[in-house]
Amino acid sequence: MATTTTPVPRKTNRIGLEPAAYKGSRSTLCAGCGHNAITERIIEAFYEMGVEPHRVVKLSGIGCSSKSPAYFIGSTHGFNAVHGRMPSVATGTLLANRTLLGIGVSGDGDTASIGIGQFVHLMRRNLPLIYIIEDNGCYGLTKGQFSATADRGSVLKNGVVNDLAPIDTCALAIELGATYVARSFSGDKKQLLALLEGAIAHRGTAMLDVISPCVTFNDHEGSTKSYSYVKDHDEPLGEVSFVPFFRDITVDYDPGSTTEVTLHDGSRLLLKKLEGGYDPTNKVEALRVLSESHDKGEVITGLFYVKTGQPNFLDLLNIVDEPLATLPESRVRPPKRVLDEVMESLR
Amino acid sequence: MATTHVAPIESDIAPQSDRVVNDLSIQVATVNGSGSQSSNMVLLRSLFQMGIPISGKNLFPSNIEGLPTWFTIRASRHGWIARRKEIDFLVAMNPETAEEDVRGLEPGAACVYAEKLNLSRLRDDLIFYPVPFDQIVAPVCPDAKLRKLVRNMVYVGVVARLLEIDMGEVERALRKQFKKKVKAADLNFKAVLAGYEFAEKNLEKRDRHVVERMNANTGKILIEGNAAAALGCMMAGVTVVTWYPITPSSSLCEMLISYMKRYRMDPETGKATFAIVQAEDELAAIGMVIGAGWAGARAMTSTAGPGISLMSEFVGLGYYADVPGVIFDIQRVGPSTGLPTRTAQGDIISTALLSHGDTKHPLLFPASVDECYTMAIAAFDLAEELQTPVFVMSDLDLGMNYWMSDPFPYPDKPMARGKVLDAEDLERLGSFRRYKDVEGDGVGYRTLPGTNHPAAGYFTRGSGHNEDALYTEKGELYVRNMDRLNRKFETARRTAPGPVIEGAGRDIGLIAYGTSHWATMECRDQLAREFGVETDYCRIRAFPFADEVAAFIHAHHRVYVIEQNRDAQLLGLLRLTLPPQGGEACRLRSVLHYDGLPLDARSITDSIMTQEVGN
Repeated sequence: MATTTTPVPRKTNRIGLEPAAYKGSRSTLCAGCGHNAITERIIEAFYEMGVEPHRVVKLSGIGCSSKSPAYFIGSTHGFNAVHGRMPSVATGTLLANRTLLGIGVSGDGDTASIGIGQFVHLMRRNLPLIYIIEDNGCYGLTKGQFSATADRGSVLKNGVVNDLAPIDTCALAIELGATYVARSFSGDKKQLLALLEGAIAHRGTAMLDVISPCVTFNDHEGSTKSYSYVKDHDEPLGEVSFVPFFRDITVDYDPGSTTEVTLHDGSRLLLKKLEGGYDPTNKVEALRVLSESHDKGEVITGLFYVKTGQPNFLDLLNIVDEPLATLPESRVRPPKRVLDEVMESLR
Repeated sequence: MATTHVAPIESDIAPQSDRVVNDLSIQVATVNGSGSQSSNMVLLRSLFQMGIPISGKNLFPSNIEGLPTWFTIRASRHGWIARRKEIDFLVAMNPETAEEDVRGLEPGAACVYAEKLNLSRLRDDLIFYPVPFDQIVAPVCPDAKLRKLVRNMVYVGVVARLLEIDMGEVERALRKQFKKKVKAADLNFKAVLAGYEFAEKNLEKRDRHVVERMNANTGKILIEGNAAAALGCMMAGVTVVTWYPITPSSSLCEMLISYMKRYRMDPETGKATFAIVQAEDELAAIGMVIGAGWAGARAMTSTAGPGISLMSEFVGLGYYADVPGVIFDIQRVGPSTGLPTRTAQGDIISTALLSHGDTKHPLLFPASVDECYTMAIAAFDLAEELQTPVFVMSDLDLGMNYWMSDPFPYPDKPMARGKVLDAEDLERLGSFRRYKDVEGDGVGYRTLPGTNHPAAGYFTRGSGHNEDALYTEKGELYVRNMDRLNRKFETARRTAPGPVIEGAGRDIGLIAYGTSHWATMECRDQLAREFGVETDYCRIRAFPFADEVAAFIHAHHRVYVIEQNRDAQLLGLLRLTLPPQGGEACRLRSVLHYDGLPLDARSITDSIMTQEVGN
């Protein structure tokens, strides 16, 4: 007896690709690692946005976090560079080819300790790059030492207490000139996805500090980067929704309770205000909220700061629109008369 | 004739017992920040315009204003342009060093000095020319603030008169120096004239040195090595330049910026066909080069020894991950404070083997400004063909001083971009294997980020990858990859610039590289003329060393390796890397110079003749 089955329509995005086109190799990180959840959201965000995989370039430093670019969009180029120096490699890559969509994945040690110098200057330049810190407050790959984002009073498994105040990478990024700065939690699928999609739509440095618990070395009682601690202390600034430019969706909202931000590609972020309101375009306000959250021991999440229309580093350099890497010889080797002119001036 | 070729120039100037024509070294001792560089350039350029072979070397402190500085000009009708230790003609303008400067002169030397320094009391075997600079400059320059700067132009006039430098050439040189600043040029030339007139009226010529017009410089240019290298980079089609200021390399990128802004703006859009970034440090500068080189740009940075040290980790990554990049090392004396403004060839071993693990890198050794230019172009071709970081090892003497040269040649072959597959290639091939040694030259095919083909992407890592660029920690695959990188180094040995060898069949061979070349050539002349010692010469132009270098060493009974460092670094590299064939140890000898001043011929000749006693 012949049976007919109705083929299940395949799920594809706006450019006809399936989610699998955005996957990479199998993760070798620990089961339950927050980083794997972030990888899933990254895959989802690129899929949802319908980004052509070959346009994406993936960069990372060294550490557990920095392994993760191998786990998404396996078909495109990635560079696992040296510890703390991914920003410079990302900068060089985007100078060579400004048409690429760069995503850099770093960790809290890779960013806030060994990499703080390059991080600071990356933020200052507002290079168009999505910069994700997979932040677990410790060095996973070398077995759990504190990093510079560990909170004061946080305790290691072996009882060592961190006496120093953490570096708040979001406050630093805002202060230095990044134009899209957020904090999220690997376990908050909805918020993290919206923030990632917004980052893809943004043109400038998008810095996302994502608390991502280390299940092996920093998920115990006394840690302030454990799943239970972050769940208990997570204070979202407000609900974040993302409306991509290619979806003609009218969203009804009360302008008094929601702030709408239109991003570079026409996509929109809708930020629902909490009581008292919050203006994500106000730098001083953002820094105040972050500072107060530290005093209260809260893990505040959401989009702290966004500034659209700010010239990014590549704009400021006034580079031609095409990739410098592949400009033909006729455009990069001046003709003989130029050399003759210079020689004449030196006689 | 290559620009690095030096042979005694036949001159038709008749020797006269009472006159020494076109063969002298002038030293001007001043305080830095006093405008003396302009005065010295006018003197240097005047002699150059008179057709006399010259060199000018600025010996300056790590300071902006107030410390002693010396400028040495050598004019040689024979074409010898290395530094000469012996000073024939001192201009003593700096009260702080004047006495020491005078005491260091050879008997019979001449000394122009500020009268108030009262130097003539110090020696009775010198010829003194006292000049009241303050009295001369006051009426010329009523503005007291400018006077300090203009004062130094007075000695130009005095020296011009005493040495018979053509005043027409002095004015031409001065106007070239001040370019469009006509008022400044007028004021300064008035000071020159005042000095000239003072000397004419008051100073009786008593030394033997004079200059006469000759025509050794027809068509030649005058340029610093860093500017020449910058020109080479522009003509090489560089697109990404990252740098961090450091003496003596800063002027390379600064010159490059000015050339690129002028000649590399897209005529249609007015946008730049390049990106130049002043990085936050050398780590970032090299990181950007690695990122840009990986993404397919012709990328470079320029630095000096301390920067090379900081770049170490990234250079190792570039080596292991097969990423092209060009790094200029304008070598200088060691770390931190002290002698950063003095020259050396002290980064040879550390750069050749820079980084951790098994690493080794191609080095190019320019000896002339012409080679700063041509090797810049060659370095970009090599880096992309070999897919590895390539170093151009210049030094402060070459980079920051003015040198004569024939005009630079326009590149005679297209840019060699190496093994890069684009989307069309991939469509035809179906796939590619990043680190597979297809042709046996150790160089795999690569794709660039952004290539629109599903097979294009690959993941780049440091030490652990197989031929498909997939992660592995397997020992045998690591060994296979390291052996491939060794084959690549053999390719570099064949394709990097080979040595220049002069002469054959003598017992003694000399080996030199970079700026040591000029003094070495003059030393060969001294050895032959004064001691009857004939030598063959091998000028090394690249590491890894070409096979001819080993052949040269084996063909000679004794080989002197001449270099500007304490530890015989190139000789060490030769010992480390030459194919074993008995006898190198006793064949190879060292001539070492490391006092921070450019190498001179007499020092080499003395060292060789000392070692030659008893062979």
